[in-house]
Amino acid sequence: MAVAEITLVEAVNQALAYELEADKDVVVFGEDVGVNGGVFRATEGLQKRFGRQRVMDTPLAEGLIAGMAIGMAAQGMHPVAEIQFMGFIYPTIDQLLNHAARLRNRTRGRLSCPMVLRAPYGGGIRAPEHHSESTEALFAHIPGLRVVIPSSPARAYGLLLAAIRDPDPVVFLEPKRIYRLVRQEVPDDGQALPLDVCYVLRQGSDVTLVSWGAMLHETLQAAGQLADEGISAEVIDVATLKPLDMATIAESVTRTGRCIIVHEAARSGGIGAEIAAYLAEHCLLDLLAPVRRVTGYDTIMPLLRNEQRYLPDVARILASVRRTLEFS
Amino acid sequence: MTCNITENKTAPDPARHVAARFDIPSYRYLDSDGRALAPLPAFAGDYDHIRKLYRMMLLVRSFDQRAIALQRTGQLGTYASCLGQEAIGTALGDAMAAEDVLLPSYRETPALLMRGVAMHELLLYWGGDERGMAYGKVPHDFPICIPIATQAPHAVGVASAFKLRGEQRVAVSVFGDGASSKGDFYEALNLAGIWRLPVLFIIVNNQWAISVPRDAQSGAETLAQKAIAGGLGCEQVDGNDLIAMRERIASALAHARAGEPWLIEAKTYRLCDHTTADDASRYRDKVELERHRALEPVVRIRRYLEQAGQWDQRQEDELKTSNDTEVENAVNTYLAAPPPSAQAMFDHLYAVLPESLHWQLVQATEQGHGCG
Repeated sequence: MAVAEITLVEAVNQALAYELEADKDVVVFGEDVGVNGGVFRATEGLQKRFGRQRVMDTPLAEGLIAGMAIGMAAQGMHPVAEIQFMGFIYPTIDQLLNHAARLRNRTRGRLSCPMVLRAPYGGGIRAPEHHSESTEALFAHIPGLRVVIPSSPARAYGLLLAAIRDPDPVVFLEPKRIYRLVRQEVPDDGQALPLDVCYVLRQGSDVTLVSWGAMLHETLQAAGQLADEGISAEVIDVATLKPLDMATIAESVTRTGRCIIVHEAARSGGIGAEIAAYLAEHCLLDLLAPVRRVTGYDTIMPLLRNEQRYLPDVARILASVRRTLEFS
Repeated sequence: MTCNITENKTAPDPARHVAARFDIPSYRYLDSDGRALAPLPAFAGDYDHIRKLYRMMLLVRSFDQRAIALQRTGQLGTYASCLGQEAIGTALGDAMAAEDVLLPSYRETPALLMRGVAMHELLLYWGGDERGMAYGKVPHDFPICIPIATQAPHAVGVASAFKLRGEQRVAVSVFGDGASSKGDFYEALNLAGIWRLPVLFIIVNNQWAISVPRDAQSGAETLAQKAIAGGLGCEQVDGNDLIAMRERIASALAHARAGEPWLIEAKTYRLCDHTTADDASRYRDKVELERHRALEPVVRIRRYLEQAGQWDQRQEDELKTSNDTEVENAVNTYLAAPPPSAQAMFDHLYAVLPESLHWQLVQATEQGHGCG
């Protein structure tokens, strides 16, 4: 049977449907996820198929959504809650940091919190104010959480299945700029992909490009252009930002001697800084050039007329790679 | 809603603007000297039962005193006593079914003990050891919640799980008057009302949120009435009256079990400091304190038993001795517990420790040798 080519957001829907079917403890809820199928249609058709007991519209209260997910998860259910946009996720931080991430630790394993909090994030879709930020580092700083970001339909499907099946809380951030950018054959076979590991998307020997989410699209484009010039770039999709698989990144940088980290989030205190610090600690003598970052600026995410100036693009990535190559 | 006993409400203060006034039922059975104000519920005549509850209230009083002494001598961390509020936790612990789930705040010591939490586990918790939240004999209750009102959303999540699975269980969330100002409280109430969840909220209104008095916390005439906006049943109960608390909690649990979420505002008074790190004399009038001391719950129920000829000084002395022994045994168990290992920080961080954290575990357990 031919496998349909689907988009990233359709892959999210496919994974939710698969797991709702396979696991009676899975429930999906959030604002407008029921009848409306979510503002991005990530949950389209799920309420009709699985009923109002399994796919529920909640009142408009994000802290509540996260908190009730914790209560359900502690009771052995597997809640998958949606926050409509990352700009509205901040009331959940209290619940995630003070409770979800530490319930297992506090109770010495007596209670646990197998929940997923999904949210679309990132810029580049000409959205209104508060709808375009990339604040994944806020969540990646929290011990006990997992922060997972897919960058393709196949990884959205496989990583979301893994997140739902994970025994601990996962913040699953969906790069909405690429929700419908590419189509890919994604068999609906229930196969999860491993969490806590980076994915090498392209092998190379001259420079390592590390990114996640939507920026991988530009990063891969840059790697393609570099190949045309005879420069071999390795591209790594971090995929799980917390906990961070530095072994894969360090192994690559040890071979290439050069590393560029690309993220659209603001620069200071971003995950790029953590990766660069690790490389400085562990790979200094293997480096042929300073580790560089191509990131959003330490500014407020601008409104749509300026957002393309904020977001890293292929030209900025290439310029950074060239400076790195020129260093030695 | 009807109410059989209405306490004498203070006359509305004409200087205070109240936008809305609600007829909130208010319950009290015993006056401050333990005399019945009205016909009592049947269980009040089961003196074995009442003696058992009195024993718990007195036990917690001994426990509190000992815990504070341990803190003062550097053998315990910061401790929150429940002095003056013992009737509420005792009535709750007695009325809940074993399969219900309690989501407590930090002054429900009697309820925790009656649910099966060991006294030495409580000491471990306040002594700074996560093993104090492992609750060996209580599989589903949440541990004490420190961030105010954040357990209210958990309670509606737990209650949602009960409802989805068709279980006849109730989630009970307990918090203070200060918590009723928080969004978490309103959000949880709101959902409970929409989904008709089997949940009971108890506001332990002890009149003080650290240094902020009840009247500076809310312009609402009662805290109970906040439930009306969410579509929940609600009432006020004299939180220092064990008989009233036990009877009204049982009634509210029955409502909740039938899908009628409920809220009780238990009116009491914090006779102690907020915690051992607090000095209430900085903000609280001594006259007010003494006025409320005369209304406290332990003496009230003892007087009730004495007047019924069901309690005397000899029993009181024997109880105090046996309680002290029980507390001392728990203290000894606590003090004899070996300190947690460095590895304990990593043991339950995740179900399985991610490989990327192994080196941190090694560093933490090889103290002095790690270099980052």
